[in-house]
Amino acid sequence: MTIHKSALSSMSTSIQPPATFQRVVLGHGGGGLLTDVLINQLVLPRLGNPALTDLLDSGILDDGRLALTIDSYVVQPIFFPGGDIGRLAVSGTVNDLAVSGALPMGLALSMILAEGLPRQILERVLDSVAATAAEAGVRVITGDTKVVGRGQADGIYLTTAGVGKMEPSPQPHPARVQPGDVLIINGPIGEHGLAVMLAREMPEVQSVLRSDAAPLNGLIGQLRSCVPGVVFMRDPTRGGLAGVATDLAARTGYRIILEEMQIPIRPEARHAADMLGLDPLDIANEGKVLMAVRPAEAQAALNLIQSHPLGHQAAIIGHVSAEIDGLCVLRTEIGGQRIVQKPYGEQLPRIC
Amino acid sequence: MNIAARPSEELLRALHAFAADINRSIAFMEVCGTHTTSAFRCGLHSVMPKNVRLISGPGCPVCVTAQADIDELIDLGSRREITLCTYGDMLRVPGKHGSLEKARGDGANIEVVYSSLDAVRMAQTHPDRQVVFAAVGFETTAPATAAAICAAQELGLDNFTVLASHKLILPAMRALLSAADRPKIDGFLCPGHVSVIIGSDAYRCIVEEFNTPCVIGGFEPGLLLSSLLCLTEMIAAGRVALVNQYPQAVRPTGNAHAQALLQKVFETGNARWRGLGLIPQSGLFLRQDYARFNAAQRFNLKPVEDHEPAGCICGRVISGLALPPECKLFGRACTPVQPIGPCMVSSEGTCAAWFKYGPHRAKSHGVAPAQQLQEVLP
Repeated sequence: MTIHKSALSSMSTSIQPPATFQRVVLGHGGGGLLTDVLINQLVLPRLGNPALTDLLDSGILDDGRLALTIDSYVVQPIFFPGGDIGRLAVSGTVNDLAVSGALPMGLALSMILAEGLPRQILERVLDSVAATAAEAGVRVITGDTKVVGRGQADGIYLTTAGVGKMEPSPQPHPARVQPGDVLIINGPIGEHGLAVMLAREMPEVQSVLRSDAAPLNGLIGQLRSCVPGVVFMRDPTRGGLAGVATDLAARTGYRIILEEMQIPIRPEARHAADMLGLDPLDIANEGKVLMAVRPAEAQAALNLIQSHPLGHQAAIIGHVSAEIDGLCVLRTEIGGQRIVQKPYGEQLPRIC
Repeated sequence: MNIAARPSEELLRALHAFAADINRSIAFMEVCGTHTTSAFRCGLHSVMPKNVRLISGPGCPVCVTAQADIDELIDLGSRREITLCTYGDMLRVPGKHGSLEKARGDGANIEVVYSSLDAVRMAQTHPDRQVVFAAVGFETTAPATAAAICAAQELGLDNFTVLASHKLILPAMRALLSAADRPKIDGFLCPGHVSVIIGSDAYRCIVEEFNTPCVIGGFEPGLLLSSLLCLTEMIAAGRVALVNQYPQAVRPTGNAHAQALLQKVFETGNARWRGLGLIPQSGLFLRQDYARFNAAQRFNLKPVEDHEPAGCICGRVISGLALPPECKLFGRACTPVQPIGPCMVSSEGTCAAWFKYGPHRAKSHGVAPAQQLQEVLP
């Protein structure tokens, strides 16, 4: 946290989140700088403890043997190309455990339903929860159901918590990242956020884009058992690749270099992002993992990921450089460079 | 030879070679928000020759809208009987009293739409509501507004109106070049999308009257570079011409259908612009035949006096006279989440682009950004 804070304040001449706020705005839930403000000002001072303050995807318990994570899902529409709220709720929580170096053991599922929700919708969502859990090889072992009055919630909200067993190999952690480490992503970026946004805002647009929502524990487990040099993993959900890469830079203090030409992205996703005025780097993914791998093992890691169904289009997209300034820099296709900033707030509300 | 098909490295080498032949600093102006954003996103400013700059002009539709027009819009949007349909960029632009976003928070009916026809559909499905479409933008969005009005007329809708502040780009370019406080402009990178409508020949008057080169360019990094190369080459050779570097989309005479639609629904008149004041014949106003679709008329909007937010220099920024970091508010009081001026709100705004993509070549522009940001850039 210390590194994180100092890196933020050293950039304060160009970025200053509002010092304080009186009302929550949508952007506070965007996974960007505004979310940091909310957590740093309100949550950590009251609830801070060593496990929480590390701000990883899971909290680690029992002397590093167990991992616990939780996430809520409010996506609108409930069903979208490539997924639905049920698939998202299982994948997101399983992935938060997996990138923390844990094998998912069981999930808890909490549902908040609005009065009047058609039975058929609930059935479809629960079928999807079941199918995705089966895909991930994990069971829902407890849960809760609440119903609120019509208009007090939008259809259905899900919360999933997950508990996982930490693998004996060292936990992936920003503190293990060194200059020279290679950054790998397992496929094209931006598709979840764009698919949901198009489905909601431009239903008349026919697009081939589909959400990438998928449980990654199979891919990650296989990789970690074969390649010990995977030192950091994070799923670039809200805030996108930009959010994760800038966080990594701020937390390690090293400069992170991304190579634009190497970052996989479908032309359709690029065009859709252009049309919506968004930067693909900022857009959420739900079936992607960014990892830092020791250079000697990078090729082996890449080969292994590419042989997995969820990693055919994996690519090496950058590296950790030795400069200590905590910045993320993108080398662009014309040989220019620009600083990548953590997205500020919410660009696409209710995408997960 | 098709200059646009050359690889980026080759274009850059040629650009630097021509720039080296020019013994002075030159500045080209882009007058299109999409060009502004693409240039920042691809790090264009970090690879430009030291003596060649690309500055932003009045190309972002939200940014050029006068504060008084924004105040009118917020006034209208706050009325209980009205459902206001707006493009998303307009939502957070601050007026004298709050923004549309704040009005929505306070209970006003404000809907974000992606197309003018969505607003017509809204009027169709909500016959009990007065639906007002907030029509902003240049020749690119104006035909869509005209189409919406024609559709509403065909459907016989009497609950659909438009608050139009559409603008024309050519009068603004002329105004800039004629201003006493004229920014240094050695050539224009003309907007790709607007040119699809108005055609490349439209810029001939700028080339001939003001002896200023004009190149119409696309948006991909390679197309941007080739347009800048073309402009630099002209300066080096002492040549002034109009070149269409985006022939795949832009025809000499433009899109006749869209032009006819504009002609049918709108007439030109004097319009107020942020930073540039009143520019003769620079705005599109509904013709008398379509007056019943004019929201200002239907809801008796009283003229509002124009003003600029205190300390905000958006007007100077879009006139090419100042860079965002020269503003005292930039990045401090004014950020994308708490914007003061429109250039920080719109995704195509110059301040938003500077904020998001970091200061570029700031040293050579005579401003002092964060030290560590400078060091990263060549």
